[in-house]
Amino acid sequence: MSLGSLPPVTTDPASARPGAPDQPVPSLPRTAGRTAERRGDRAFRGLSLSAGLSLLGIILAIAVFLVVKAIPALQDNTASFLTDRVWDPNNAQPAFGIVALAFGTVLSSVLALLMALPVALGVALFISHVAPRRLAGVLGYVIDLLAAVPSVVYGLWGIFFLNDKVVVASAFLHEHAGWFPLFGGDDIFGRSIFLASIVLAIMILPIIASLSREVFLQVPVSQQEAALALGATRWEMIRTAVLPFGKPGVIGATMLGLGRALGETIAVAIVLSPAFVVSLDILSTNSGNTIAANVALGFAEASSTGRGALIASGLVLFAITLVVNVIARAIIYRRREFAGAL
Amino acid sequence: MAKRIESVGLSAYYGGFRAIEDVSVVIEPKTITALIGPSGCGKSTFLRTLNRLHEVVPGARVTGQLLLDDEDIYGPGVDATGVRRTIGMVFQRPNPFPTMSIYDNVAAGLRLNGVKRKGVLDDAVERSLQGANLWKEVKDRLTKPGAGLSGGQQQRLCIARAIAVEPQVLLMDEPCSALDPISTLAIEDLMTELKDRFTIVIVTHNMQQAARVSDRTGFFTIEATGEPGRLVEIDDTQKIFSNPGEKRTEDYITGRFG
Repeated sequence: MSLGSLPPVTTDPASARPGAPDQPVPSLPRTAGRTAERRGDRAFRGLSLSAGLSLLGIILAIAVFLVVKAIPALQDNTASFLTDRVWDPNNAQPAFGIVALAFGTVLSSVLALLMALPVALGVALFISHVAPRRLAGVLGYVIDLLAAVPSVVYGLWGIFFLNDKVVVASAFLHEHAGWFPLFGGDDIFGRSIFLASIVLAIMILPIIASLSREVFLQVPVSQQEAALALGATRWEMIRTAVLPFGKPGVIGATMLGLGRALGETIAVAIVLSPAFVVSLDILSTNSGNTIAANVALGFAEASSTGRGALIASGLVLFAITLVVNVIARAIIYRRREFAGAL
Repeated sequence: MAKRIESVGLSAYYGGFRAIEDVSVVIEPKTITALIGPSGCGKSTFLRTLNRLHEVVPGARVTGQLLLDDEDIYGPGVDATGVRRTIGMVFQRPNPFPTMSIYDNVAAGLRLNGVKRKGVLDDAVERSLQGANLWKEVKDRLTKPGAGLSGGQQQRLCIARAIAVEPQVLLMDEPCSALDPISTLAIEDLMTELKDRFTIVIVTHNMQQAARVSDRTGFFTIEATGEPGRLVEIDDTQKIFSNPGEKRTEDYITGRFG
């Protein structure tokens, strides 16, 4: 290498750096440290990371709390926690089992979902693709308003208004379709799992409808026109382009609704006449109970073991919600290649 | 099969705004007609009136006649979805259904028409993909999502989807504007092949493309913003690009305005 044309050696940055005499002169501005990361980026990364970690920490803390508090009560339990249909944890010989509560929780929530989902999808499609713009705006506002009504209001309305009507409907169903497994049973006097399911359905309907509407509005116009250009009618266009595109979002909305139904406390506690049975006779009074409602009703008078028993039931509810969400994730993940985002 | 299109005094509106005014034109079967003109001149709107897709925009309407072999597609009692089943369309941006496989994308139109038998669908899918020069590239991954293809492949998939129902007319709205030159060439070659079976109308901003592929070229323009678009002239492509009848056409194709 000829040095004849180079500036004096002492001011040449490349050769002035010890140990790296042949390194080229850096031409871009550099900052000290491992990477050329600006302070703002570092701060943002730290903040978002800690926000994410704190969420994990909270979930972990809840799980640990539930397990630690539940263990002593479970050790004192004289009945089988998983299989016995009894709830008497405040006794000197505490006996409690989760199966009736878990069954009632899942049954009422699934029934609520079956009732709410078709209506919610209909409402969402009507607002997003059928209704004239002004009516759609008003309806969307009403749906959001319904989602904001406190659950205690739904509970009071359910017991003082809806119960009478449900008794009449229950008697009708029992009389004309009593052969159907859900419509059997005796003492059809209301305050049943059926009533609780209807109240839950009304509560989760606006959540599912509102989120589904948002998803359906995201469907690109190009997708809808592609279907129309093939000669699709409006319903065929919805079936071909809108529903498949919105499917992951609808599943997510459904899971949020199901989560609310599973965990709903006060409305169910108000309307339901609790019973610790595993029964499909949803029309009967004393046809079941749910975990959350049982906690609300039992906590005030619980002994220390009783509180532990309620916390153990909370742990089961936590697990049920977790399983439901994992299933939903799995469904969405399985079809991710066809997820719709272009 | 391929049908003749004739518009008579056709105007199209978006609410109170008149987008195109008094377009009268005859498009012969088994020809490629290119529509050129500056942005906003109404050429895409005109294309969308040809399969009654214009009217899906709220407040949009059409006046005048549009004859498909003597039958007015805007006549009383004519069903728009039936019209769209006989007139296929390819859009500016490739828009395969992202939730469907390659196979299902091509079969979508047939399934809308009630075709369910697997043998019939299989044949139609293969024939259409071959017609769109895509079969060799995708025949081993028909169950994979259509959105996983390259842009040019996606556009050919959309062409396959459009021709699968054996339409009489194929409308193409700037089908190559989102594609690279090699994919563009593939589509242009394809159009020349498809001309034997379909009447093709293509909207393009690319004047070389119009000159390369079309038999006839129509020039649309607007006098000023807010004015309706009008068809200035339509003639043999060679004549439009060598010796147009109107000064405005010559100004546009030589790049003096627009």
